[in-house]
Amino acid sequence: MIIPHPLLGPRDAQEFVYLGDASLLDRPDWQHPEAGSAYYEYLYLRDNPAGVHRELWFHEQGDRSWLVVTRDTTTHEILSAELASQVALSKEPVR
Amino acid sequence: MAYSGFRLIREALTGHKGWKPAWRDPEPQAHYDVVVVGGGGHGLATAHYLAKNFGKTRIAVLEKGWIGGGNVGRNTTIIRSNYLLPGNEPFYELSLQLWEGLEQDLNYNAMVSQRGIMNLFHTDAQRDAFRRRGNSMILHGSDAELLDREGVKREAPFLNFDNARFPIKGALMHRRGGTVRHDAVAWGYARSADRYGVDIIQNCEVTGFKIENGKIRGVETSRGTIGAEKVGVAVAGSSGKVMSYAGLRLPIESHVLQAFVSEGLKPMIPGVITFGAGHFYVSQSDKGGLVFGGDIDGYNTYAQRGNLPVVEDVCEGGMAIMPMIGRTRLLRMWGGIMDMSMDGSPIIDRTPIEGLYFNGGWCYGGFKATPASGLTFAHLLATGGPHATAEALRFDRFEKGLMIDEKGAGAQPNLH
Ligand SMILES: Cc1cc2nc3c(=O)[nH]c(=O)nc-3n(C[C@H](O)[C@H](O)[C@H](O)COP(=O)(O)OP(=O)(O)OC[C@H]3O[C@@H](n4cnc5c(N)ncnc54)[C@H](O)[C@@H]3O)c2cc1C
Repeated sequence: MIIPHPLLGPRDAQEFVYLGDASLLDRPDWQHPEAGSAYYEYLYLRDNPAGVHRELWFHEQGDRSWLVVTRDTTTHEILSAELASQVALSKEPVR
Repeated sequence: MAYSGFRLIREALTGHKGWKPAWRDPEPQAHYDVVVVGGGGHGLATAHYLAKNFGKTRIAVLEKGWIGGGNVGRNTTIIRSNYLLPGNEPFYELSLQLWEGLEQDLNYNAMVSQRGIMNLFHTDAQRDAFRRRGNSMILHGSDAELLDREGVKREAPFLNFDNARFPIKGALMHRRGGTVRHDAVAWGYARSADRYGVDIIQNCEVTGFKIENGKIRGVETSRGTIGAEKVGVAVAGSSGKVMSYAGLRLPIESHVLQAFVSEGLKPMIPGVITFGAGHFYVSQSDKGGLVFGGDIDGYNTYAQRGNLPVVEDVCEGGMAIMPMIGRTRLLRMWGGIMDMSMDGSPIIDRTPIEGLYFNGGWCYGGFKATPASGLTFAHLLATGGPHATAEALRFDRFEKGLMIDEKGAGAQPNLH
């Protein structure tokens, strides 16, 4: 798989480390009264969709940036890649 | 028709004209007592034990493709009872004992071959960890033997003992472990279930559940609606997709695991050998091909194929411990979709929906579990309560902090 890095252009997926569903960017508020169950869902439960999936990849062998990659889990086609920092700043819920 | 040596001779003398299909091809009925979704090893075994041990009738197994087309026909056929933790090891020991009597139980030759498994170790720390694991196995009624370097040499003289980076210092030997012909497991369970009257319905994809007032009423399928008192889902890598039809999110991610077979070679590898420093394991099939594999690719996927970096990684592991395979040609490679759970251990449990039961999260170790998984899932479906050896394999262990985490590595869907 080739990941279109927003700064570095097309890079081999082998340079990256995979983390998982991009909803991991939405860390729950630890002070919330329901934080226990929110963290259970955050840590363990996944949508795990067959189809379009937004996911976190870390460019370990490159510029060490985190990307949000949108990829089809049924074909491995990569639809887009954005800097995770910008996705987080844009404050749109990722899931 | 029971299979026997006598039968074989009779058929040989009469031109093999008397063999009948091993199972029927029935039309789905409107209603069943129990519907099992997924005609893999686990679904078919569940149907067999439901009928045989619990006397249930009116059972259907619904399979979207053909039985044996999923992971049960894609795995590297290794069976073993060499786990560490109390929640796991009694379960896998039960499974190994069921394997030992499987062919008589099913009247089917599944080529169960207890040829032994050697887990190599390469450091002193690893030796200590394997000694501990071996002790745990023995305490749970399994068998384990710690081999030193000379002991490994006697078993497998062809290994690269003096690899500069990962010298082989010994191995944990599990002699009752081995291999089983995977397709024959699916076919054997299917034939047996069919003989007890179970309807095995192929080309029948479940596309939704009929749920009323929090209770299951049946399933929607590509061949129409089928009513059911109870539904058991055992769809392995498709768990996330199928359970989403019931609105459930699981502690599971779907990943691809690849496997490889080389051209046929003369017999040389006595049992199963695993590399302790990289991810590589190998056995030799009765046809002579080297059957081997390694790590999952590592990203979410439902595509039943992997990518080349893992191929390279697996072959590098092979070359590190047995350079003699360097000139061997690969014949085939393929992928299967694994239901990777968040602690590396499976789930056999009720769901919040009454009458809907779940069996999954097998990661890449579910083939060896097939008989125990079928037996304990049948127990759950028939009685509504967990089988004694599967009590720890529940959904709420994540919320309660009761993970069965063989690796001690925390919440990660890429363990084993
Ligand atoms: C490459 C590879 C190597 C492996 N090696 C080993 C090993 O050496 N030892 C070991 O113990 N384990 C191994 N495993 C793991 C093992 O194969 C699986 O954990 C186990 O087979 C899963 O259970 P199953 O047989 O029921 O799955 P499957 O055979 O995958 O059965 C699930 C079935 O459900 C069907 N299904 C899916 N969705 C639907 C639907 N909507 N409606 C109807 N049917 C549906 C599928 O078509 C499939 O036939 C390996 C797996 C792979 C891929």
